[in-house]
Parts: sequence; structure tokens; C-alpha cells
Amino acid sequence: MDYSQFLVMKQEIGLLAVFLIVFLYDTFMPKRSLGALGTVSSVLFALFVAYGFCPSVFDSPVETAFSGMYATSAVIANIKTILNIGALIVMIQAMRWADQDLVRIRRGEFYELLLTTLFGMYLMISARHFLLFIIGLETASLPLAAMVAFDKHRYESREAAVKYVLTAVFSSAIFLMGLSFVYGLTGSLYFGKIATALMMGDGINALLVVALAFVISGIGFKLSLVPFHLWTADVYQGAPTPVTSYLSVISKGAAAFAFLVVLWQVFGCVYTFAWEWMLYALIILTITIGNLFAIRQRNMKRFLAFSSISQAGYIMLGVIAFNGMGMAALMYYILVYIFSNLAAFGVIGAIENNSGKVNMEDYNGLYKTNPRLAFTMMLAMFSLAGIPPFAGFFSKFFIFTSAINQGSVAIYVLVLIALINTIVSLYYYLLVVKAMFISDEESTVATFRSACSERFALWICVGGILLLGVVSCIYNHLLEISF
Amino acid sequence: METTMIYYLIPTLIMFCCGVYGFLTRKNMIAMLISLELMLNAVDINFVVFNRYLFPGQMEGMFFTLFAIAIAAAETALAIAIIINVFRAAKNIDVTDLKKMKF
Repeated sequence: MDYSQFLVMKQEIGLLAVFLIVFLYDTFMPKRSLGALGTVSSVLFALFVAYGFCPSVFDSPVETAFSGMYATSAVIANIKTILNIGALIVMIQAMRWADQDLVRIRRGEFYELLLTTLFGMYLMISARHFLLFIIGLETASLPLAAMVAFDKHRYESREAAVKYVLTAVFSSAIFLMGLSFVYGLTGSLYFGKIATALMMGDGINALLVVALAFVISGIGFKLSLVPFHLWTADVYQGAPTPVTSYLSVISKGAAAFAFLVVLWQVFGCVYTFAWEWMLYALIILTITIGNLFAIRQRNMKRFLAFSSISQAGYIMLGVIAFNGMGMAALMYYILVYIFSNLAAFGVIGAIENNSGKVNMEDYNGLYKTNPRLAFTMMLAMFSLAGIPPFAGFFSKFFIFTSAINQGSVAIYVLVLIALINTIVSLYYYLLVVKAMFISDEESTVATFRSACSERFALWICVGGILLLGVVSCIYNHLLEISF
Repeated sequence: METTMIYYLIPTLIMFCCGVYGFLTRKNMIAMLISLELMLNAVDINFVVFNRYLFPGQMEGMFFTLFAIAIAAAETALAIAIIINVFRAAKNIDVTDLKKMKF
């Protein structure tokens, strides 16, 4: 075996190095220096994020390793860097929570599990063989179950963990069943070979449609597309807030990109025949039901759970577009979504850490006591809803454009439905803004000064929301590498 | 050859459907976990049968099964750890009692 091919996996090796250093620091350093663990891992990880911008990684050529099981290219390197940025913000936000008395003793494990799941997502994105894909998928989702159960002393956290782990295993069993049919049809598990075999075979095949339905519903569970979304709200509400933000942003972004790769590269030749209409129905259901259920939520974390379900529907518009622009728009959407959603979760986490309040009524009159937090939350809501000068508008614009470029009338209708839903979503996003700014009631949250780490993470997010849309070279770069 | 393969595929499909049925109807979390194992094992047999009968020249399905068994073991270990954690709090492992968060 040629061991030099490990060098193709530059980012994986870098991440593994960060993981090992954090792990050794956590295990062997004396007790008194463990207080700096969060800072140490964030700084190390920040260095690693910076490494992602090196020319050798950033513009990495198309390379494969392990007889084609693993592939990397500029697009893959870039989506990994995007996920890294999000994970870094989550790590910084989590510092305050990880210093609490009940969590402190296990805080090293939080950072280690987080890095492990990120490693799994890397494998999932880079895989060109379903064995590696499944290993990546499980490496990404199993440690997440442990992270959801992290607040062992809180009952909600345990309940959420049970719901998460059972649905995760159920969904991977369904996914594997679909995969076994695909293997029976084509005789290979390499993405490329399956695609060739499907091209050679006759187009109409009932078993292929069944297999594809299983595969799509398996990944649909991970992405929480309706009707596979029932675990989402409970898990998001019960999990510790940093874990929820990680779950809703990084995990979802990685799964969306992996979904795109699987559908385009493996099943690309049966696009119109098999999966366009399946995805079409899923998108309409996801956006509409996500929005309608978000309206009636009063717990902020549940509210953002349903909002993230409908956002997943918008992300899927990039997949159904099935062109280079769709890929660029999807990556850009994930990048913007990371900043806007993490800003919202950052504010929720800060308020929860200081006063333990997570309900929407508690946000009444927040502007009078904590004007800066209220302002940040408002920016996040505007960006999620897609109001013009902020980044969210541009990401929605590009993803709609990419879908329209696909050209069929049915997709026009789909985009119209998505547009109408954007207006519906405006209502519930603005409910939060109304509660914070217009409501006359006295705020139940006293004025407080949030921790340095929380403020730093929020500043990054605000910067991202304000600048990402205006600095057009980011989207241009993504578009350039996608074709 | 074809007739012998069907003798394996029908039972695996029944196994898989039993797993889904059990997962949706059982109230005990350990029973749900057993149903999940049933589903995963049905998939494993499927892979082996396809490999043995349709593509005897290669080993891809067999290797996939080996890895799938290992992954299923990891999943079970984690799920049982979490279920024990719930048991400590609620003193039973009935899923219908997990209703603090809904809608």
C-alpha cells in the first residue's frame, strides 16, 4: 500500500492533529490548567481554520485516494472550511456554558466529541464509496447523541438524547436498506461505478425507485425534512444550547452537501425519472409545514427548530436545481445560514446562561434592558427572513435564481411557493422583533453583561451578517469553483 | 440460482418489516432497540446474499456487512448507555412516559 496517499487528506490530518492535542491536554495536564481548555482548543481550532485558507488547501486540485474511495477538490475543501468557521463560532459560544459547575468536570469531552463529529462530516463529504460514506455518517451522528445527552442532570437532555439516538439508528437502518437494493441493482458501491451501471441499464426500474425512496428518507431524517422531522423540535429544545446550535447549523449543512453529492453524482442520470418529483414534494412540505408550526411556538429553541426545518427546505432548492449554480448557491446559503442562526443561538444562549429564560414572553421589552443583545437578535431574524441589506436576502436570491435556471415550469411553481412561504416566515420572525422592541411590558430579564467569549462570537456573527451579502467576491469565488 | 436467492430475500424483507413494525409499536425502549437490530441484521443478510448470488467475483458486499455489524454494535452500546441514563431519572424505560416536551 502506498502510504503517501494519506497526504491527500490534508484537512482530515489537520483536524486529527487538533483533536489529539486537545485530547492529550485534557488527559495529562494538571487540574489547575484545565480551566484554559476551552481557550486552548478554540485557538488551536482557529489556527486550523486559518490553515483552510492556505492556497494549497483553498484551491486544492481534484485528487482521489484509496483507489477512488476518497476524493478532494476545491469545492470540497471550501465546504469544509465553511463548516470549520461555524464549528469555531460554536466552540467559542460554548465556553461559558462549559464552565458551569455541573458541566465543568466533563468539558474536555465536549470539545473532543465536537471535533470527532466534524471529522465524520469530512469523511461523509469526501466519500466516493458508500462504505466510507456510512462510516462518516455514523461518526458524525453517534457522538452527537452523546453531546445531546451532555447535561446529564437535566431531564430534558436525557429525553432528547433518547429521541435522537433512536431516530438516528432508525434512519440509518432505512438508508442501509435502500443501499442494499442499489448494490443488488448495480453490483458496486463506488459512486462512479453505480452511476455508470445506472446509465447502462434501462431507465424504468421499480426497484430503483424504491431504493432511492429509502436513501432519500434515510438522509431526510438527518436533514429533518418533513415528514421525517418529528424528532427535531424535541431534540433541539432538550439539548444544551451550544449543542443545539451545532446540530442545527453544522450537522445540517454537512448533511445537505453530502445529500447533494449523492444525488448528483450517483443518481444524476435518473434525475427527471426518479428523484426530481420526490424532492419536489419534500421541499413543498418542508417549507410549508416548517413555517406553519413555527408560528405557534413559544419556546425560542423550539421556534428556531421549526425555522431551521423550513430553512432546510430552502437549502434543498439548490439540490433540485441540478446545475453548477445550484451547488454554489447551496454553499453560500449554508455559509450565510451559519452566521445568522449562530447569532440567534448566541443571544438565546447568553440570556439562558444569565437568567435561565428561553420563552418568547421573556423577550418582551428586552430592548430596554439589553439593547445590544436585542439588536443582534433583530439582525439575525432579519437575515433569516431575508430582508434586503443583510446576507440572508442574497442567499435566498441566489438559491431561487439557481432553481429557476433549471428551466421547467414545475420549478417556477416551486419557487413561487417558496416565495410565498418567505412572506409567511416574515410574520413569525418579526414576532420576536416586536416582542423585543415594541412591547410595552417591563422586561423580566435584568440588564447583564455577557461573557467575553459570548460577545466575541456575537461580533463575528454580526460582522458576517452585515458583510457577507455586500462583499460579492465570496459568492463569485464559490460560483467559479462550482463549474 | 434465481430461485434460491428469493428464499433469502423474502425472509430478510419480512425481518425488516417486523423491525419497522416493532419500532413503531413497542413501548419498551429495549424492545425498540431489538427491533432496530432486526432491521440492521436484515440489511446485512441482504448485502451478503446479493454479493454471493449476483456478484460472486467480488467481496464488496461482504466487507460492507462486516463494517455494518461493527457500526450497529456501536449504535447499540450508545443507545443502551442513554437508556440507562433515562432509567436513573424516570425509574422506567417506557417511551410513552417521555412526554415532557411535545408539540
